[in-house]
Amino acid sequence: MEILSLLGDGMLLALQPLNLMLIIVGVTIGLFIGAMPGLGSVNGVAILLPITFLVPPSGAIIFLAAIYYGAMYGGAISSITLGIPGASTAVATTFDGRPLARQGRASLALVTAAVASFIGGTVANVFFTAFAPLLASVALSFGPPEIFALMLLAFATFVGLGGDDIPKTVFSICFGLVLGAIGFDQISGAPRLVLFDINGFLQGIGFLVLAIGVYGIGEMLWTIEQSRGEVESETPRMTVKGMAADASESMRRGWKGTAIGSVLGFFVGILPAAGATPASLMSYGVAKMLSRNPKDYGRGTPDGVAAPEAANNSASTGSMLPMLTLGIPGSPTTAILLGGMVIWGLVPGPMLFVNETEFVWGLIGSFYISNVAAVLINLAFIPVFIWMLRMPFTILAPMIFVLSIAGGYAATRDMFDIWLIVIFGLGAFVLRRFDYPLAPAVLAIVLGPIAEPTLRQSLLLSSGDPSIFFTRPVAGPITVVALILIFLPALKLLRRGKRA
Amino acid sequence: MRKGEIVTAGVLALFSIYLMWKSTELPVGYVAGRGPGGGAWPFWLSAIMLLCCGMIAWNWWRRTSPPSQSDEPFLDGYGWRMVGFVGGGVIAFVALVEVISMYGAIAVFLFYYLRFLGRHSWGLSLGISLVTPILFFFFFEGAMQITMPTGLPFTDPVFDILYEIIY
Repeated sequence: MEILSLLGDGMLLALQPLNLMLIIVGVTIGLFIGAMPGLGSVNGVAILLPITFLVPPSGAIIFLAAIYYGAMYGGAISSITLGIPGASTAVATTFDGRPLARQGRASLALVTAAVASFIGGTVANVFFTAFAPLLASVALSFGPPEIFALMLLAFATFVGLGGDDIPKTVFSICFGLVLGAIGFDQISGAPRLVLFDINGFLQGIGFLVLAIGVYGIGEMLWTIEQSRGEVESETPRMTVKGMAADASESMRRGWKGTAIGSVLGFFVGILPAAGATPASLMSYGVAKMLSRNPKDYGRGTPDGVAAPEAANNSASTGSMLPMLTLGIPGSPTTAILLGGMVIWGLVPGPMLFVNETEFVWGLIGSFYISNVAAVLINLAFIPVFIWMLRMPFTILAPMIFVLSIAGGYAATRDMFDIWLIVIFGLGAFVLRRFDYPLAPAVLAIVLGPIAEPTLRQSLLLSSGDPSIFFTRPVAGPITVVALILIFLPALKLLRRGKRA
Repeated sequence: MRKGEIVTAGVLALFSIYLMWKSTELPVGYVAGRGPGGGAWPFWLSAIMLLCCGMIAWNWWRRTSPPSQSDEPFLDGYGWRMVGFVGGGVIAFVALVEVISMYGAIAVFLFYYLRFLGRHSWGLSLGISLVTPILFFFFFEGAMQITMPTGLPFTDPVFDILYEIIY
């Protein structure tokens, strides 16, 4: 009862006129920043951090959290309408969101993303409210072996993403992981894999460089070549009635993905070093594995949009938990939020809940209000995003190329990376002709920098004994499940070969 | 496609070997007291990549993968023209960024694509190619405070005017 009373007070604080205005403005800004390829919540929060000194600390954190929320909703927009994942958290949304858009069902994909995000965010808020201190201690018990086991589980779900050609899928995963290892060795600090001794590789290859190359350039070349330049997508006019029908269909056909993403997303999100990206792709993989029609995934199923979208919203709330209760940021955005809190004189940690009750519960209350504001604002803007798709393809295509190059530069500020985007784009076009799945490479480049240090730290802890991944109570079961998932498709293929 | 499949697998195998060799610049084994060496992770992943290339070649020889069964060419005449005009256009766009600025390159690329590949009218092509970079300028430089490449010094007078509007 005490929690409900504190939450009620927090919501009232969040609903004060100034805070409510900050939520609406923050969510709207976040939505558009998140929708822009190359820009994400971290840009929005970082750029607008100085503005928050004009309002009280509680209003400031509410504003930044609203931007964060809005950006999480916005990430799906470029994935669905343009086929370019603007942020790593929205990569998995592209797999089914883009095919739906090309079938003329962009409104269904966008509404599904909005509804699933709202449910994911709400479920996470309830978990956050009820179990914050307890969950923080669980998250803290995850050491390097547990995090690596979780990454292994994420990789196991990739194998299922690539289709039947397992050697090409495994090649793609390893290729992404090696690309993620370019630059400096994270532990010794020594330069590593400086390809052809070109100094540009010293700074490593970011996720966005590969993602924009593959999805922005490669995918567009593929579409133009396959369609012989005459792409026609049926994009119906949006009406309130049509959106209501889409919302109903998204609930009917996307409830399973929403449920999986909401729960799994939160628990992966609270783990330090994990966050919304592993959460979204694991949810996609798990939803596909548990589906009665796994072959529909990748061809445009609402479940395939709902699972990652519910997960990334749920995880973004979850990642606030270690930040507030332990002072450990789970993502770059929460790191900036943490910095802001310190500047405002607040000390994150267990005592924050005792010493700054009004601030903490005001923030938690704002999560609920921001979530409602985000879904309403997102739904209101869907006709605008759909209108974008009504442009003739010969106008949309060059716009996507321009957004890819300009967005890529905005994210990296380096012309070397822009050339890499072009090279990856042309390479992706060639590899796609030969049925190499590229989504696993894009996802692997995100998770590689998390997986490698945790593997090395674990082996250092065990003096090189790999049994550490099997003997620890949490890591053991996760590792076993991951290994089963990795070898299951291979066994199936062997059995099929024998039958043939 | 059949020939392309094995050539691609061969190129990727060579690249995997190069990555394995490059990884050995750092220790690839277990270093007592320091754990796996810095080269171990990329070395063993590249080794798996090489193994996968071998399996792809095996599947090609048995004709089990779709590209290994196909007699179609890698790209037909239209495909090569498309890669030349669109892919070449994108390469030229990026090359122009450091000469006539990001915004100038956007204008030129949009005009080239809309007028010559999209066959839109002169008015529409010019309109979109001039308005888009201006909107991008105010979004990136003004709202997001992200400075894009301004090209060679001859573009300075234009940017001086635009920056004066923002600041």
